[in-house]
Amino acid sequence: MLKQTEGSKAVAEAVALCRPEVICAYPISPQTHIVEALGEMVKAGELQNCEFINVESEFAAMSVAIGSSAAGARSYTATASQGLLFMVEAVYNASGLGLPIVMTVANRAIGAPINIWNDHSDSISQRDSGWMQLFAETNQEAVDLHIQAFKLAEELSMPVMVCMDGFILTHAFERVDIPTQEQVDAFLPPYEPRQVLDPADPISIGAMVGPEAFMEVKYLAHAKQLQALELIPQYAAEFKEKFGRDSGGLVRSYRIEDAETIVVAMGSVLGTIKDVVDDLRAQGHKIGVLGIISFRPFPMEQAREALQHCKRFVVVEKHLAVGLGGVLTTTLRMAVAGLKLTGYTAIAGLGGRPIPKASLQDLFLKAEAESLEAITFVDLDWDVVNKQLEREKQNRHSGPIAENILHAKGMTTSAKFG
Amino acid sequence: MSFQPVKFYQTGTYTVGNRLLAPDERSVQAGELRSNSINSGHRACQGCGEALGARYAIDAAMAESNGQLISVNATGCLEVFSTPYPESSWQVAWIHSLFGNAPAVATGVAAAMKVKGRSDVRVVAQGGDGGTTDIGFGCLSGMFERNDDVLYICYDNEAYMNTGVQRSSATPPAARTATTMPVGNEPGNVFGQGKNVPEIAMAHGIPYVATATVADLRDLEYKVRKAMKIRGARYIQIFVPCPLGWGTASHDTIRMARLAKESGMFPVFEAEHGEVTGVLKIRKQVPVEEYLQPQKRFAHLFGKHAHPEMIARLQAIADRNIRKYGLLEQGDN
Amino acid sequence: MANKPFAITLKAGSSLSNLTGSWRTFRPVYLDRLPPCNNACPAGENIQGWLFHAESGDYEQAWRVLVENNPLPAAMGRVCYHPCETACNRAQLDEAVGINSVERFLGDEAIKRGWKFDKPAPATGKKVLVVGAGPSGLSAAYHLARMGHQVEIQEAGPLAGGMMRFGIPKYRLPREVLDAEVQRILDLGVTLKFNTKVENIQQSMQAGGFDAAFLAVGAHIGKRTTIPAGDASHIVDAVSVLRSMEGEDKPMLGRRVVVYGGGNTAIDVARTVKRMGAEPIIVYRRTRDKAPAHDFEIEEALQEGVMIKWLSTIKQAGAGEITVEKMALDDKGFPQPTGEFEKLEADSVVLALGQDVDLSLLQGVPGLEVKDGVVQVNPNMMTGFPGIFAGGDMVPSERTVTVAVGHGKKAARHIDAWLRGATYEAPAKHELADFKNLNTWYYSDAPKTVRPMLDIIRRKTSFDEVQGGLDESNALFEARRCLSCGNCFECDNCYGVCPDNAVIKLGPGNRFRFKYDYCKGCGLCAEECPCGAIKMVAEET
Repeated sequence: MLKQTEGSKAVAEAVALCRPEVICAYPISPQTHIVEALGEMVKAGELQNCEFINVESEFAAMSVAIGSSAAGARSYTATASQGLLFMVEAVYNASGLGLPIVMTVANRAIGAPINIWNDHSDSISQRDSGWMQLFAETNQEAVDLHIQAFKLAEELSMPVMVCMDGFILTHAFERVDIPTQEQVDAFLPPYEPRQVLDPADPISIGAMVGPEAFMEVKYLAHAKQLQALELIPQYAAEFKEKFGRDSGGLVRSYRIEDAETIVVAMGSVLGTIKDVVDDLRAQGHKIGVLGIISFRPFPMEQAREALQHCKRFVVVEKHLAVGLGGVLTTTLRMAVAGLKLTGYTAIAGLGGRPIPKASLQDLFLKAEAESLEAITFVDLDWDVVNKQLEREKQNRHSGPIAENILHAKGMTTSAKFG
Repeated sequence: MSFQPVKFYQTGTYTVGNRLLAPDERSVQAGELRSNSINSGHRACQGCGEALGARYAIDAAMAESNGQLISVNATGCLEVFSTPYPESSWQVAWIHSLFGNAPAVATGVAAAMKVKGRSDVRVVAQGGDGGTTDIGFGCLSGMFERNDDVLYICYDNEAYMNTGVQRSSATPPAARTATTMPVGNEPGNVFGQGKNVPEIAMAHGIPYVATATVADLRDLEYKVRKAMKIRGARYIQIFVPCPLGWGTASHDTIRMARLAKESGMFPVFEAEHGEVTGVLKIRKQVPVEEYLQPQKRFAHLFGKHAHPEMIARLQAIADRNIRKYGLLEQGDN
Repeated sequence: MANKPFAITLKAGSSLSNLTGSWRTFRPVYLDRLPPCNNACPAGENIQGWLFHAESGDYEQAWRVLVENNPLPAAMGRVCYHPCETACNRAQLDEAVGINSVERFLGDEAIKRGWKFDKPAPATGKKVLVVGAGPSGLSAAYHLARMGHQVEIQEAGPLAGGMMRFGIPKYRLPREVLDAEVQRILDLGVTLKFNTKVENIQQSMQAGGFDAAFLAVGAHIGKRTTIPAGDASHIVDAVSVLRSMEGEDKPMLGRRVVVYGGGNTAIDVARTVKRMGAEPIIVYRRTRDKAPAHDFEIEEALQEGVMIKWLSTIKQAGAGEITVEKMALDDKGFPQPTGEFEKLEADSVVLALGQDVDLSLLQGVPGLEVKDGVVQVNPNMMTGFPGIFAGGDMVPSERTVTVAVGHGKKAARHIDAWLRGATYEAPAKHELADFKNLNTWYYSDAPKTVRPMLDIIRRKTSFDEVQGGLDESNALFEARRCLSCGNCFECDNCYGVCPDNAVIKLGPGNRFRFKYDYCKGCGLCAEECPCGAIKMVAEET
């Protein structure tokens, strides 16, 4: 059913259609609206056979989900940013134990400085946690990915994060097609756990494993994600068949047929990028877009296939691997190893910094002209940065960076530090 | 009312079993068909109080729940010695997740059982004092506050034993641990304010809180069985001496627990909805020295460079417990 | 487990494949230690063994275990001076277990319920003569009969019981109790001939065709001492007084009766004459704490109004009065004359200075050795003449009913072996169960049950039994006070306290077994065993 609704509300409805049995909720912006909506549905009786638990921390949220999932209940939670970091130990544990939990990450920057706006630092920090990570480009895709995520998670007995940009998607009102319960039920079978805590057939879950078997356990987790590379396109195809929409899959390319320059990105920024690409195409530039939907498992082959005929690629990363550059670029370089391709990293949109079309267009044109640095910090205020660096050169104890930047920009704060 | 011993003359109810008792009055541990929740072959040290306490408690919970039990375990000795790959000692459905999240995992299991309509399946979470009073404390409090249907059992051996005997918030003052060495003017652990988790549990107003020791099996079983009859959040802290961490003989584990209780160092009581409803009285009061002296972790309080003033402070703690909980029979004091 | 995640998820209970027994340096072993009561019992009773059954209320089984060693529990429960209770470990906890009172309860129950002894073993065809129907003779006859031998008791007197009848007043041992227990022995097929004094043992054996004989003649002859006495003085011996109490003609002793001596017989006589309306006064040369009589008997006598003059000897007896000299104890505790004299009114003087045995029946038997008025026997209770055994008052030993009963049992075992041409070897004694072997935490506090006492007026005026028995409920209470020293009573402690589940419970009556595959040797079972029935022994490498 088509409706104009908030991204969070749409996701909540999608999750509810998946018949979750346990939902753990802890407030953190910008995912709060999702669990709020779910909480209301449970309380109102719209979502039945579901326990909605207000926990005391994200660590507890994931831990409760671990317990309920191990006991055979379809389990869901949502988080973001600091919340994801606070639950990290349990995040790794859930995947280590092979529990098919689905979690929405409403992507948000990580502090300090504390910042509630969007970038991908939170999810990407968990790239090695053993969770599968699917990035939604639109709210419609966010809805659809959640439905696919439960099926994927439960088939492999491995957890899945559905990543959607905080505020940009979660708080955006858009037209979304919410599937019917019958459609979802036809796609997503009831949860049949691979292992379950059952007094009638007791097992011990969560053994201590030493050097003699630890590597094998880890390899098996890796093998699961390799299997997911097969399953994800399969489920996307099945989804299309049942719901009539292209949603999900490993990667999604746009106008790359004869592209010499391909822009690679994840999440909602792909929309802006496509607009810019359309403009540039109209001007005759051979440029296209590769959207990465599945960041974990990473579709090496599919990415290579998409990029193999271009001359260069530009990766727009909403994340900074401090001291390195871009994680996605690094990964793509691995994917195209051996191909004579130039790769550029563009760090953009950190902490919610807007990514205007003009900036992207400028970026892409420079790339096309091969005049781009290996790493570009899109719309970075070099004046402020250079002043601070200069100050620090002169005085080791030049005070808090954030405070100084505010001064440099002519802003003041109520509390001043010497 | 607290546990009422059936008056026996030959053996009282202090022994594990008693052929003179009616079968339904016998302890779970006396039964040939007890569930032996932790099987033989586990790797606990000789004379491990925790291995014993855990079997006492979980067997009782199994008996009370007719075997419909799921157990959640925090990281710690109990977890490590019971489930090193490729063998598990547990004979109940069991999960270990992390050090600090056992209460929350248990909440999740309980929620799953509720949603599946399996109200017959009961959930017990277990952890050591480190996993309970320190790292798992937030989750524990959350579980209490929500009044989730979980019985949490803390096996209190007063330090982080699994990692090599470091101090926890349950370590008593003056005790030597690897991080509170017996050096300086006030050797051993500091005389802090203590962290009385049973009382903190009571402050949550949860339906049932109790303490017990491995030296009073029948009291322990009574409390576990009682807790299992109640729905909602319940907390039992079981005192389990650790021969390795305390520097005591492996055969003295039960004796040490007995002396802790008889000296007043470990008050044994129960509470409902935040109010103390019963105490296990001291039967033969002993001065704290009798409890402290056999333990190497308190050796620096005795001998050539003795610290009688610190012993006096420990006695004061015991005396306060005795007064506060009314641990002596009336007329004893 | 094939479908479950590898390594992370394990099969329940699979740790059984880890045999932790290899860690052990000491191993626990079950053992039986000898309870101090059993060790102290002159009759060799398995007291802990019969209390075990009494504890569960199975009094008949308790009685059956008891009579394996002693056929006279009702009598013994009254007259035994219970060295078992003196030895009882519970005395160090609160008070000794009232073993004697439970024994009496069982004995009385047996009479009340008409319990009979188990059937004797098949007849052996051997004949044994027992001389004397006192405790020792009756005990031997009982044991021999149960072994299948044909037994005949020849008793010089008209009644059975020996010193139990003629030495112990009926306010301590009612005669119907004695008669009932004697009759039960006779019911086994023992022949008892009264008024048959054996004058010559060899002749009697030949005449009756006996293969062996057990001599159990009691010490019925009162010892005399030389007291300068006038013609009018009335001096008798204690045994005669007590014996004549059993006849029609009660002794005529007058109002003021002086009893000379400090043993139990002196007390018995004094209390007896008190009941006949006289005013007894005991004269004894030493102090109360040196008196051979049991203190409780002295106490009871004093309660009943018996006067006692300590540190006094009789110098002279005349008509209606005697002269006593005061004594004083020297450095070594011996009484020495002081030269101070005193006169006491005395219608008669009863000498209670000990008894002798009439050994005339032994005349002419070759190889017999008599020393200090008693027959010498070897450790098998056999005299110097093969086939003739002796016990009780006749042999060198303490003279109590319990010792006599023990002699009878011991002699019976050796006679039985001798008749088969074999030698009886007593099983080796277990190590003693010391108080230090116990973990007394596990026993509840339970003070001894006091047996009811007859009220004082009736005690002074009648021969009703002074001390009452326990009723069923307090006998049970008393039995359950037993600590079961050194002997497993299946309290399940070892089974419960093992952190490694390394103890197998074998079910009621079958005790426990260690699973050494898993026992790590921590020693908790041994430490927490209430009764000391487990010990730790070093593993051999």
